[in-house]
Amino acid sequence: MTEWLLDGLSWLPLAGGLLFFAAGSIGLLRFPDVYSRLHALTKADTLGFGLVAAGLACRAGSLWEVAQLLLIWLLVLASGATACQLLARQAREEEGDG
Amino acid sequence: MILFAALLLLTMALGLWRVLRGPGRVDRLQAVQLCGTSGTALLLVLAQALQAPALRDVALVLALLAALLSAALVQLLRRGAHD
Amino acid sequence: MAEGLFDLVLAGLLLMLAGGALYGRSLYTSILLFVTFGLVLALVWARLGAVDLALAEAAIGAGLTGALLFAALARQGRAPEGEFDLACRRRGLAAAAVLLPVLWLMLSSLAPLAERDSPLPELALAALPHSGVEHPVTAVLLNYRAWDTLLELAVLLLALLGARQLGSGRLDTARPWPQLRAWNAHLAPLLVLVGGFLLWRGSSAPGGAFQAGALLAAGVVSLRLAHLLPPLRWSFWPLRLLVLLGLALFLAVAAAGAWLGQGWLSYPAGWAKPLILAIEVAATLSIAASLSLLVVGERREPAP
Repeated sequence: MTEWLLDGLSWLPLAGGLLFFAAGSIGLLRFPDVYSRLHALTKADTLGFGLVAAGLACRAGSLWEVAQLLLIWLLVLASGATACQLLARQAREEEGDG
Repeated sequence: MILFAALLLLTMALGLWRVLRGPGRVDRLQAVQLCGTSGTALLLVLAQALQAPALRDVALVLALLAALLSAALVQLLRRGAHD
Repeated sequence: MAEGLFDLVLAGLLLMLAGGALYGRSLYTSILLFVTFGLVLALVWARLGAVDLALAEAAIGAGLTGALLFAALARQGRAPEGEFDLACRRRGLAAAAVLLPVLWLMLSSLAPLAERDSPLPELALAALPHSGVEHPVTAVLLNYRAWDTLLELAVLLLALLGARQLGSGRLDTARPWPQLRAWNAHLAPLLVLVGGFLLWRGSSAPGGAFQAGALLAAGVVSLRLAHLLPPLRWSFWPLRLLVLLGLALFLAVAAAGAWLGQGWLSYPAGWAKPLILAIEVAATLSIAASLSLLVVGERREPAP
């Protein structure tokens, strides 16, 4: 019973994650300049990935799997935040160069 | 589950258009960054859908290298801008 | 239905990325598309159930090759554009003239592959208890077909020597931002940890020397780009020793087996596991050293 319920519930974060990834992609295409596109990108990086990982954690068979998912999510979180800063800084420097 | 993976793949492919459109070098790099993240997510989904737990290790490796690659590429880009 | 959709999108995406990488408008775009191509190829291997290949493709194809091509781009000046186009088209025609007949010749032997049942997987699994490892792919790579792996290491060494002859010696990067330094300094130990984990897991699960070596090399490259390591010179002798170590140990084991034991590259009974482990560790270190030298290696410039 619990398993069945968790299975059903896991679709909620999974769908949310997909929504954020789609929003990130569309934002990447539609937003007018580098910085606003970075804004769209980081939402997909953090929330999209986090929600997908959370949804998969609901279906995980063991605690070890959940720990793995958590570890990967933390890594992606840190990497997304750092890469965003670096990219924005590089974009500003290139603009300054002309 | 595999339908979910297919949709995720489609959104990833959509973002790739930015690599071709540009215009700046950073714009193109952004799309690759998004691809790395969605690729990692896809591997996790596939690990669940195909019942192949070893794919989670692949996802971990991919996440690590994606983290490194964007930092490394920015550092190499900076060299390109100043010569 | 859903599986068909997934496979269709995956295959289409792979082909489009390959085309884009070949015919990209600038080298920069082509490299980015190539990196993405490596990522999608890893997904294809994952979908086909070949986890070992997915791991290798993710580590080497998507990660390190991207850094390698980018470093090559950063080393070189502006490429002349006009001549490149003409040469490119002519070369494309030549390649088509060679490849199409070959493809036509091979197609007849490739096509029935789907219905043919190969006896090899059963043979590999049956011999597994005597191979010294528990993972069939590692058993194939380092025991049944160790010869191939030995030659792969030789190919890597030759590539390194070739790059050393051709490449420009200097790779000077701008002073790294403090944030980049801190990030890379935190990431490098993690890369070494996961690399060691993959090496250790190689005997019982997907993983192994090439993947572990690629991760270690990625760690070295990141530290070097953050200026946390001194320049890696070709002439630094411990580094040369490290590059040769894997191939030397492999050859020593092979020759010892040929001289004292049953034959070239067949391990004596009971010794398979420690020998394979030693070869894998040495190969990992060699691969890491070679790959990092390929990406960030420098040569001391003669004084002008």
